[in-house]
Amino acid sequence: MNAFKNARHLFRVAAVFVVGGLAFVGVRALLVPKSFGQYGHYRGNAIAEIAARPVNYAGHQACEDCHTDVLEKKKSGKHVHVNCEACHGPQAKHVDDPGSVQPVKFDTAVLCVRCHEANIAKPKGFPQVASADHSNGLACDTCHQPHSPAITAGETTGGTK
Amino acid sequence: MNLTRRHMLLLLPAAAIAWKYVLAGTPEASPNYTMSQHWWGMLIDLPKCIGCGNCVRACQAENDVPDGYFRTWVERYHVSDYDIENPHVDSPDGGKKGFPLSKEEGGKNFFVPKLCNHCADSPCTQVCPVGATFISPDGVVLVDKTYCLGCRYCVQACPYGCRFIHPKTMTAEKCTLCYHRITKGLTTACCEACPTGARQLADLKNPNDPIHEFLKAHSVQVLKPYMATHSKVFYNELDGSVR
Repeated sequence: MNAFKNARHLFRVAAVFVVGGLAFVGVRALLVPKSFGQYGHYRGNAIAEIAARPVNYAGHQACEDCHTDVLEKKKSGKHVHVNCEACHGPQAKHVDDPGSVQPVKFDTAVLCVRCHEANIAKPKGFPQVASADHSNGLACDTCHQPHSPAITAGETTGGTK
Repeated sequence: MNLTRRHMLLLLPAAAIAWKYVLAGTPEASPNYTMSQHWWGMLIDLPKCIGCGNCVRACQAENDVPDGYFRTWVERYHVSDYDIENPHVDSPDGGKKGFPLSKEEGGKNFFVPKLCNHCADSPCTQVCPVGATFISPDGVVLVDKTYCLGCRYCVQACPYGCRFIHPKTMTAEKCTLCYHRITKGLTTACCEACPTGARQLADLKNPNDPIHEFLKAHSVQVLKPYMATHSKVFYNELDGSVR
């Protein structure tokens, strides 16, 4: 059995590997987050962290719970499917504290043309105006009420369409 | 402790119930939401898009996207009558401030909103070396900011150019399909702000979602289908010149 006469150095190498392997497993267990691999090759808790971000746009349901009068007004007009925050901007803070946080009233001369300024790339059926010719810089709400924009008979007609 | 047959019979159903919850998965922030019951996508109804830029502004307000970077943006296409293979595309500031009047006359002109396509076989998640980006069990491609190294592999891998490196955190950023909103039962900020309904959030696992009827009744296409990414952002009446 000469082959195993000097086997002790083999055991030493084996011991180094075993200790190294155990250290690797131990350190890895400490460093890899618990939820890693819960759903796949990533940290499972990341999903909940991303989902926990606060909301800025409250959603039209929250607006309509209180502002039923505006909802009624919108139903008679073409803007019925335009959500509140499409024009009024993010209002989650206003929903949380309606008393102290008030939406800013905006300039309709700036707001309306975002959608209604004439542009060749817009769908042909969409109502568009060249604002400079249409109203001479007058604010749109001089004639149109934004929640129900059609000009009814008897009201002032400032625009040509 | 001796594990008798009686113990086993008691333990097995308990383990089965526990395993079911592990598989279902529930983000802690939204207790009524079960990931396994959703498969999210989006419908872009191109004939309705008016290029107002509301979606871009809403996305920036909702997600604190830095100026000059975009999780969603709107492109304007001008396809001339004589060269349909080479459309002119512009997107000044992502369409955030609307579009100036076109210089070109005639031809075909239309807007195309772009965002992360939340591919079911996404190239970007496959290349991440550290498991920082992934497809969630409900089909949303997300980035784990605390794990991302900022190596930019995913930015290069995305065939749609939907990712960027955040200039402050230096980690990969992208559309999360407003994951913090859809898990609370709200729609995305861009869909909420879209005045014409050109963007609609779609839950492909919900049999009552109007997306199913829409997909049956319209000619719907995804971007770069030849990349086989199985994109879940569906474009209605997509023009062949769109890249």
